[in-house]
Amino acid sequence: MANSASPEDNIVSISNLSFSRGPRKIFDAVSLEIQRGKVTAIMGPSGTGKTTLLKLIGGQLAPDRGQIHVDGQNVHRLKPRELYELRKRMGMLFQSGALLTDMSVYDNVAFPMREHTHLPESMIRTLVLMKLHAVGLRGARHLMPNELSGGMARRVALARAIALDPLMIMYDEPFTGQDPISKGALVHLIKSLNTTLGLTSIIVSHDVQETAAIADYIYVLSGGKIIGQGTPQELQQSDSEWVQQFMHGDADGPVHFHYSAPDYLDDLLASK
Amino acid sequence: MFQFLQNLGKATRSSFAKLGRASFFLSHTLTGISDVVPRPNLLIKQVYSVGVLSFLIITISGLFVGMVLGLQGFNILSDFGAEESLGVMVAASLVRELGPVVSALLFAGRAGSALTAEIGLMKATEQLSGMEMMAVDPIKRIISPRFLAGFLSMPLLAALFSAIGIMGGHLVGVGMLGVDDGAFWAQMQASIDFQEDIINGVLKSVVFGFVVSWIALFEGYDAIPTSEGVSRATTRTVVNSAFSVLALDFILTALMFGDI
Repeated sequence: MANSASPEDNIVSISNLSFSRGPRKIFDAVSLEIQRGKVTAIMGPSGTGKTTLLKLIGGQLAPDRGQIHVDGQNVHRLKPRELYELRKRMGMLFQSGALLTDMSVYDNVAFPMREHTHLPESMIRTLVLMKLHAVGLRGARHLMPNELSGGMARRVALARAIALDPLMIMYDEPFTGQDPISKGALVHLIKSLNTTLGLTSIIVSHDVQETAAIADYIYVLSGGKIIGQGTPQELQQSDSEWVQQFMHGDADGPVHFHYSAPDYLDDLLASK
Repeated sequence: MFQFLQNLGKATRSSFAKLGRASFFLSHTLTGISDVVPRPNLLIKQVYSVGVLSFLIITISGLFVGMVLGLQGFNILSDFGAEESLGVMVAASLVRELGPVVSALLFAGRAGSALTAEIGLMKATEQLSGMEMMAVDPIKRIISPRFLAGFLSMPLLAALFSAIGIMGGHLVGVGMLGVDDGAFWAQMQASIDFQEDIINGVLKSVVFGFVVSWIALFEGYDAIPTSEGVSRATTRTVVNSAFSVLALDFILTALMFGDI
């Protein structure tokens, strides 16, 4: 991507983003940049709107205020047709995999190619086998999604996400609910795909260890704001108590273990 | 009292909002049909699951409804010594009313609920969202072929229902109760009018097919993506379809046959 027409080094740039769901403010004037060719992680506890952020970047949700530029285009100013063109250059890996359950692994990976290209079946076959080989599941091509383990489903979804050779991939909680071996495989895959395919990766996650192992840069989100950013090493040494609690997984700290509630004793002794 | 008015207002507002979403959804679905035409495979698969798989329930129900009509009709007509008119009675009631209406109700229960559950679960498992992110419009790719399949299948299923029903009536009337075979068919031929009876009946089933497919697909697409949400949406599909079919049947009958 070095010879890209735009001198801009950031593939995604978000400025002043605000978004609320009902009365709840999910983002409050968030700005962040995602560099081309890098693995950028967006971390934070569950419920901070990390997935919402990916949906905003993908144009599935519209912000209340602020702008999101992807590859130089303002996502929310695009006409539907232009937005769909842009999405062909974004891959997204959903937490659930989001495989089409009525199609085999092979057809799932072939799906974007069949929808968007007029390639002959023989070439699609070659491409599908290459993509499946890259995630180590060439042998599983005849299986149906319900015959796959969680880790395998996510790898098939990854093969499908790279089917159209996108510029960037967004990973939504790629490590959640995976056994250690699958986690290891995904960590390895995300890193190696990013280098070999010249992608840009955005990982949304709360698995500190796995993410820190592969991310070039990390943003930590909480309460609708960015409360920390830097390389994994910088964050480990951050002097923010909150970032420390998150990175080390302490049960109590600036984020309390208890959901806000009236005094315990009063609550127990109170009559209905 | 104030609370009541407030709730009433809220309910009215939300049902108008829903109507708006449903209309937008319908226009999007209809424009998507042009994309289905060059890809007949998508349609054929859906016609199979929506239409062909409804064959059995439509056939069996049609047979029994026709047999009951034969029995009841014979009892009443024989009081007036008009058993020969049994064929007309059975055919007219089936072609004009029972064929389109009962098959639409069965269709809503068999195919409509399945469509809602399928679309609702696709939404819940992020398949629709995933498609959007793959730059594939889920309405055009998933909804439009199903809509077209439902719309095309319904009149055919209604026609099948009526045909089987007439055979059921024949089986009971001629086979068991001894109505004259020739009179059964001849009177039917003489009295059933192509324009008045058959075309109007087909028109009804076209309208019902449109409405039931629309309701079923919209409820699935609009479902809250949880197990409870999908189950509620499925219930709503059956209830709303049944209600719409019966209400529309009255309106259409009044327009077609009534002198109101």
